[in-house]
Amino acid sequence: MITIDGVDVQAPVDATILEAAAKQGTEVPTLCYLETLTAASACRLCVVEVEGARVLAPGCSRQVEEGMVIKTRSPRVDRARRMVLELLASSVDLSLAPELLELAEEYGAAPERFGEVRAQVQLPVNIDNGLYVQDLSKCVLCYRCVAACGDDAQHTYAISVTDRGFGAVISTEFGVALPDSACVFCGNCVAVCPTGALIVTTEYDMRQAGTWDEELQTVTRTICAYCGVGCNLDVHVQDNEIVKVTSPFDHEVTAGNLCIKGRFGWSHVSGPASPD
Amino acid sequence: MDLRNVTTPPSDRERVAIDRVLADHGFAETDGTPGRTAIGGRSAATRRDLLLPALHALNDAVGWISEGGLGYACERLTVPPAEGYGVATFYDQFSFEERVEVVRVCDDIVCGPYADQLIAGLDGIEVERTPCLGRCEKAPVAFIQQPGFRRTEIAPASPQSVLEGEPTSVDTHIGVIGEAVLLARVGSVDPESLDDYRGAGGYQALSRALDEGADAVLDRIEAARLRGRGGASFPAAAKWRAVAQAQGDKIVVCNADESEPGTFKDRVLMEADPFAVIEGMTLAAYVTGAERGFLYVRGEYALAERRMIDAIEAARAAGLLGEDVADGGFAFDVEVRRGAGAYICGEETSLFNSIEGLRGEPRDKPPFPTQEGLFGLPTVVNNVETLVGAVAITMDKDGNSKLFPISGAINNPGLYEAPLGVSVAALIEAAGGPTSDVQAVLVGGAAGKFLLPDDLEVTLDHGTEPPLGSGAIVVFDTATDMEVIVDRIARFFRDESCGKCVPCRVGTIRQVEALERLGNGGAERETLDDLAAVLRDASICGLGQLAAEAVQSALDLQLIGGRSD
Ligand SMILES: Cc1cc2nc3c(=O)[nH]c(=O)nc-3n(C[C@H](O)[C@H](O)[C@H](O)COP(=O)(O)O)c2cc1C
Ligand code: SF4
Ligand code: SF4
Ligand code: SF4
Ligand code: FES
Repeated sequence: MITIDGVDVQAPVDATILEAAAKQGTEVPTLCYLETLTAASACRLCVVEVEGARVLAPGCSRQVEEGMVIKTRSPRVDRARRMVLELLASSVDLSLAPELLELAEEYGAAPERFGEVRAQVQLPVNIDNGLYVQDLSKCVLCYRCVAACGDDAQHTYAISVTDRGFGAVISTEFGVALPDSACVFCGNCVAVCPTGALIVTTEYDMRQAGTWDEELQTVTRTICAYCGVGCNLDVHVQDNEIVKVTSPFDHEVTAGNLCIKGRFGWSHVSGPASPD
Repeated sequence: MDLRNVTTPPSDRERVAIDRVLADHGFAETDGTPGRTAIGGRSAATRRDLLLPALHALNDAVGWISEGGLGYACERLTVPPAEGYGVATFYDQFSFEERVEVVRVCDDIVCGPYADQLIAGLDGIEVERTPCLGRCEKAPVAFIQQPGFRRTEIAPASPQSVLEGEPTSVDTHIGVIGEAVLLARVGSVDPESLDDYRGAGGYQALSRALDEGADAVLDRIEAARLRGRGGASFPAAAKWRAVAQAQGDKIVVCNADESEPGTFKDRVLMEADPFAVIEGMTLAAYVTGAERGFLYVRGEYALAERRMIDAIEAARAAGLLGEDVADGGFAFDVEVRRGAGAYICGEETSLFNSIEGLRGEPRDKPPFPTQEGLFGLPTVVNNVETLVGAVAITMDKDGNSKLFPISGAINNPGLYEAPLGVSVAALIEAAGGPTSDVQAVLVGGAAGKFLLPDDLEVTLDHGTEPPLGSGAIVVFDTATDMEVIVDRIARFFRDESCGKCVPCRVGTIRQVEALERLGNGGAERETLDDLAAVLRDASICGLGQLAAEAVQSALDLQLIGGRSD
């Protein structure tokens, strides 16, 4: 038995605080956490107060213990979350992370107070291939892409967090271009990126042109025709053209992952006869 | 996993350096064909812990880490090149641009006032400013890295001694209030002689432990209330007991990463009494049943590392490490691993990751090291001083004796030993008193707190205010610009943040910026307090959690911020 926000709750022994809270109907905000990946507990947005503990605990990775008394909201929790949001909003371009911006507003984050002259993540947009773009000024260093490319899904290990501290950045070895790295262009890193720092080229180009409009898009679930694995595809269509293909995270075969063919091999449907 | 390797080949010197360091660690040779996959196959992936030694070998041999060199190291160890690069770029000591040599000049809180002048005198040489090099009692301090495996610590440093590459010659001044327990042999026993160590009572603790059994040792250490000297003050006996009760393989780690600004106690113990450190690790191994030991020493402690390696070899030759330690029917051996310039790697779980060949980022706790530590095994990790204390306690010495490195505006800077409960004033007195009027005293290093001259009667102990931390004491006189000192401390945390969590990665840089605005007359207290709150409450590890301590205490004591009203 544990207590969440004053309510007694039963939870399985290996449940995280996040899972236990969800079961009870309480939502705890997260950023770096994704159900299909190992929790990095890096962003600290999900912190909660555990009675008797010296510091706040990350809800996404801390497992419940018998008798734990948890507060998912308190002045201490809210202050920490507001600051995390303020720190992120003051240093990273969150324009493609609307949920995060909404949270920042909800928690009253005021990033302006850090002044005009402040360090920000400013990196050139990397367009070194035709399939996806790295716009790392939008990167919140959630570690998701590294996990997806590595141990948690793809086992390709093309990218890593490199350098340290505020200078830490997602990179290939010695920053070589993606086509010269181990990258197999599965786009599984793109699929998990929460801020649009990794973005498929079609979406990037349309956003640049101002023509990307999700209101006009339909999403159709289908099965990939390339091989017999049976990956489910969500085909995003705007103006009768495919603009992007993703895969459902809650699907038992793919868990959101695809290969280069499923994710990117659709230009023949309506594009030029052969890719350039 | 289908590894794609770097295509640039290594140079001959790089290849030889890597082949040699891997062979030294008992890892198979290649078949000698350039560019061919190494013999080692699947087992190579289990030797990822050799990545850091391999990176050192490259940097030591040729002065930097090239694409070809890193690629070859990764190929031999089956490490994806991107990950290898991610690990290598984590550390300050590695260069990714060709260079002949680098002189690192300490510009931290004690050496800072001398740094500019020293650097000006080194015109034309590649100089990098570094945080505390752990020889504060002889400020200013420099550290030279040259290709061909040459590392030199210079203290005190002058343009001339740096150009001549003249290493430290004088021993650290020591002083004792009460009985010398931890420093009993320092300065009086030849650190290179096992016989001398034994002649001075060395290895009697291990004999006694073998006679009386592990439980007796544990009981004695518990009764003496020995608490960790690495900063967290955790009871040593509790750790040892937990690992003793665990099943299967276990590990003992000695944390010799000592990088807290103002702290140089572990260095002195390793340089002057290395066998005591080994005996302490052996005692922990005997009590817990661990067969493998690792000593992780910071990369700037070249002399201490040399002394430890030599002592380990001598102990092994005398049967005091190895298959049957001291004919006591248990096996234990120690490997030395060298850090590469990253304060965070002193945090115990970062240290494990660093040894394992991963980026030195902390892990979530729980699980605690005693449950899942190095290589996922139950691990005792103790500070150098804690282990030496355990040896003394086993011989019925006072477990309350503590080391205090004292530096700054003090007449006899050096390492002092005194019983816990000693006052700061008494320590300063023992160190010959201040050189001039005291403005403030910093206790516990950069992660510690300031005291004003009127508050020096306060006593130091585990769990009391100000926090004991590493025990470091730095005295600042009235001529010191405290804004400069506090700014240096804030920059220390900014530079040393591993970058994993948002509060610390961004919070430490915002703290530096806010202090600058404060210095310009801005009203920043609320912002600084909010930063302190999120750092303390939501950071993953102690680095972020303590990154605002000194700043906050300086604000509270009005050592800085006077112009903000
Ligand atoms: C940022 C950081 C740096 C640390 N550096 C050291 C260090 O250099 N040496 C050390 O013994 N402990 C250091 N610690 C404390 C260790 O995490 C750990 O508590 C200690 O090694 C345990 O040994 P003890 O119980 O004997 O003190 C550091 C902790 C943090 C958070
Ligand atoms: S596209 Fe696939 S292989 Fe390439 S970096 Fe992303 S996850 Fe790794
Ligand atoms: S690129 Fe995206 S997924 Fe990768 S760390 Fe940055 S924000 Fe996370
Ligand atoms: S508190 Fe700082 S050093 Fe510790 S994990 Fe977070 S970013 Fe890294
Ligand atoms: S969601 Fe828990 S730390 Fe990011």
